[in-house]
Amino acid sequence: MEDAVQEKYDAIIIGGGVVGCMVARWLSRYEMKVLLIEKCSDIGTATSSANTAIVHAGYDPLPGTLKARMNVEGNKMWDQLAGELNFAFERRGDYVVATTDEEFETVKTLMKQGEDNGVPGMILLSGEEVKSREPEITPNVTGALWASTGGICDPFAVTVAAAENAVMNGVKVMLDTAFEDFVMEGKRIVGVKTNKGTFGCRWAINSAGLYSDEVMHKAGVRPEFVIKPRVGEYFVLDRAEITINNVLFPTPTSKGKGILVTTTVHGNTIIGPNSVLKDDKELKAVTREGLNEIWDGALKLVPCLADKRRCVIAVFAGNRPLGNAPCKNPAVKYNSDFIIEIPEEVQGFVNLGGIESPGLTSAPAIAEEVVKLLKEAGEPMQEKADWNPIRIPRIHFRDLERRDQEKLVEKDPRYGRVICRCENVTEGDIIAEIHAPIPATNYDAIKRRTWCGTGRCQGGFDMPRVVAILAKEMGVSPLEISKKGDESKFLQRPTKVTEG
Amino acid sequence: MTKDLYDVVVIGSGPGGLAAAIAAKKNGADDVLIIERDVELGGILLQCIHNGFGVEIFKEDLPGPGYAQRFINEALSLGIDTLLDTMVLDINANRRLYVTSKRHGFKEIHSRAIVLAMGCRERTRAQINLPGSRPAGVYTAGTAQRWTNVEGYMPGSHFVILGSGDIGMIMARRLTFEGAKVERVLELMPYLTGLTRNYVQCLLDYDIPLQLHHTVNRIIGNHRVEAIESVQVDDRLQPIAGTEEIIPCDTLLLSVGLIPENELSKMAGVKIDPITNGPFVNDEFQTNVPGIFAAGNVVHVYDLVDWVTEAGLSAGASAARYAVAERQKEIRSIPMIAGENVRYIVPHRLDKSHMQEEDIRLQMRVRNPIEEPVWVEVHDGSNLITRKAEQYVRPGEMVTVELKPKHFAEVEKAQSLTVNIVKRK
Repeated sequence: MEDAVQEKYDAIIIGGGVVGCMVARWLSRYEMKVLLIEKCSDIGTATSSANTAIVHAGYDPLPGTLKARMNVEGNKMWDQLAGELNFAFERRGDYVVATTDEEFETVKTLMKQGEDNGVPGMILLSGEEVKSREPEITPNVTGALWASTGGICDPFAVTVAAAENAVMNGVKVMLDTAFEDFVMEGKRIVGVKTNKGTFGCRWAINSAGLYSDEVMHKAGVRPEFVIKPRVGEYFVLDRAEITINNVLFPTPTSKGKGILVTTTVHGNTIIGPNSVLKDDKELKAVTREGLNEIWDGALKLVPCLADKRRCVIAVFAGNRPLGNAPCKNPAVKYNSDFIIEIPEEVQGFVNLGGIESPGLTSAPAIAEEVVKLLKEAGEPMQEKADWNPIRIPRIHFRDLERRDQEKLVEKDPRYGRVICRCENVTEGDIIAEIHAPIPATNYDAIKRRTWCGTGRCQGGFDMPRVVAILAKEMGVSPLEISKKGDESKFLQRPTKVTEG
Repeated sequence: MTKDLYDVVVIGSGPGGLAAAIAAKKNGADDVLIIERDVELGGILLQCIHNGFGVEIFKEDLPGPGYAQRFINEALSLGIDTLLDTMVLDINANRRLYVTSKRHGFKEIHSRAIVLAMGCRERTRAQINLPGSRPAGVYTAGTAQRWTNVEGYMPGSHFVILGSGDIGMIMARRLTFEGAKVERVLELMPYLTGLTRNYVQCLLDYDIPLQLHHTVNRIIGNHRVEAIESVQVDDRLQPIAGTEEIIPCDTLLLSVGLIPENELSKMAGVKIDPITNGPFVNDEFQTNVPGIFAAGNVVHVYDLVDWVTEAGLSAGASAARYAVAERQKEIRSIPMIAGENVRYIVPHRLDKSHMQEEDIRLQMRVRNPIEEPVWVEVHDGSNLITRKAEQYVRPGEMVTVELKPKHFAEVEKAQSLTVNIVKRK
């Protein structure tokens, strides 16, 4: 006898990364009862919060692949998306920089590929033109591809915005809820087993990212499909240390897109990533060799970084879920394409897999594709009369003009108390996140939402204060407060108590 | 309640700030304000509950809070204003400060002189490019010190400390007192970076091993620190392959240096020495921005708190001298008031002392033409100081009148001067 089904849903989304949250937001438009489950204590903590934060133009993927179509379609959706969900998105454009004549030939090929993919707004620039636009660029530059539709964002903020809009429109989100197995009736998925109980569903949607292979295998789909975590390491530099106007890519090689240098929507400079295949999907460790590799790589594009190592304020690593799905079009020889399908061998299953770069860019297009697939499968997909596509953002003290800061503090004095002085994050900002539609219940969740502790002192000042605020707002002891979930508590016991 | 204008505003209430405020008050500053971001005065001294403070100044061996309290008592008895739990968001070169707090909200404060005493911050994991994962349990020694000594919580039970800085060694002893095990102190350099007395009193006395020329090769553990891998380094400080050692622990403390905290200084246009990471200062601890002084660890990192206090006393006294001179300048400077039939006068203000040496020409325009003889009269409110005859005045033709050294005696007490243009009777 199966566990009793706690509650029945029309659709259960497995995995709360940017893709899962975007799918949730898209499904929230229709008369469906939707649940999103996330195994971590926050959404978007894996690939979605540790990547290059770029909305790609779409010249990279091979023409004919699903990656190429999703990238170009997705890119076009970002202006409206940013407007509706109210997150920071800047269509700054990007360069692919050539430093030899040979590289310039590769860049020209890339432009051709972009044209085949339907990427608008690309031109070739001479070395001199690039220098005049990007003062810090290497003097060796021989030319570049300029793609005006490239953009930058805060990918975690995008994920939160999508999830919050979904919740506003009736989607239920359960954190700390890990997928264990499917409940099958013959060839039909009728439920999802989790560590928090079993939930019934008519559709299960696999958006498990790094674990999408394991989830689809439980459904008996694509047993040959394997995700390999591809680690990318990054440096973050303090603000205003270097002027990078746009995204600078090196000319890609057979090994990948290479080490890029870009600005972020928060004004920092970000350098990375490298690309190292690993086995451990949870391990997000930076290595000495990796850091040296990306620093050397970045110097080739921006030589003045040589004396900026002291301006590094953070290093991090992210895992990208590299899959081995061949392109559906047999004419295209490509073995790491996205999977976006309703497989034939099982009913009630929407399967998304291998969504690595350009997954962030593609996320809205993938969500729309899921809606299309469901419609084709006969789902009524009746639009809600009261669906609200607009997500009102929370106010961030640091983003306001002084006059507005004054008004805010007058209204709510908690915004007058600065907790993170490097990033000007206030008690009001932090408390608002603790009580948000997707509540931030640990330090990293606060950090990712407010940028508290991301500056020069990296939490040295704010950490004990944020822990105290979390404890007070959640009504628990500071001993219960964690960095990123129950296994990562900050403190162990009160002082003056010895063990044994 | 705080005022809008001060003689001296001190930012930070650690040993440097407290000393500066006290010295400012004792050297002629009337209104002195300390702005502190924490909820009480004393700065980092409050979490330094070990002894070793005051040997130079008091010839006594005091704990940090005790040392701070002597200066806090003195500051409060001198009537120095304080703004606690308050952050300075901005300072400009005209010495206007923009501050915010939960209790008082936003406030703009102007000061004749400012003493920067923000201290320093600890170097972080990122600044030493420490490889490995990012679990809970990696803290700067100062953060761990705050938790242990101020908030009353132990951040771990098995520690490795990277860096032989003073805070790290002192925390090694402190944590041992609390029943924790400090497995190892690792130091990248071939020498101790803190004081020898701390090595003896905090490590040797408690059998805590110190390994020089060693560093952390990587941090192990996805959620909480499970171990660190140590490694020996060569003369170029590069890891030597084959010397790696896994040390199980649940917490890694970093005591890898301090950096003067000068973000506010930069906002005010203060120039920073790339070697000290603190402002360039003259012998009065004045920065390149007139009226902005700096004292203590914000200038360069000290190893004894007594010396921070001395620097604070010196900077505070200099700031007071500057403020007093500014105040006198303000008293001497009086407004020129456009009176009857005068549209405006240039200069708008007059430093009376300048009249002692030279003629001051007041330039003005009239509101309405008077086509008959007039007096251009300068009054101080009660007395006529001087007057000049004109045959007529017209708005299109500038009118002037001179104040001469001989008028100084009459003007000396004036609060303002008014010019009227009236028909000669």
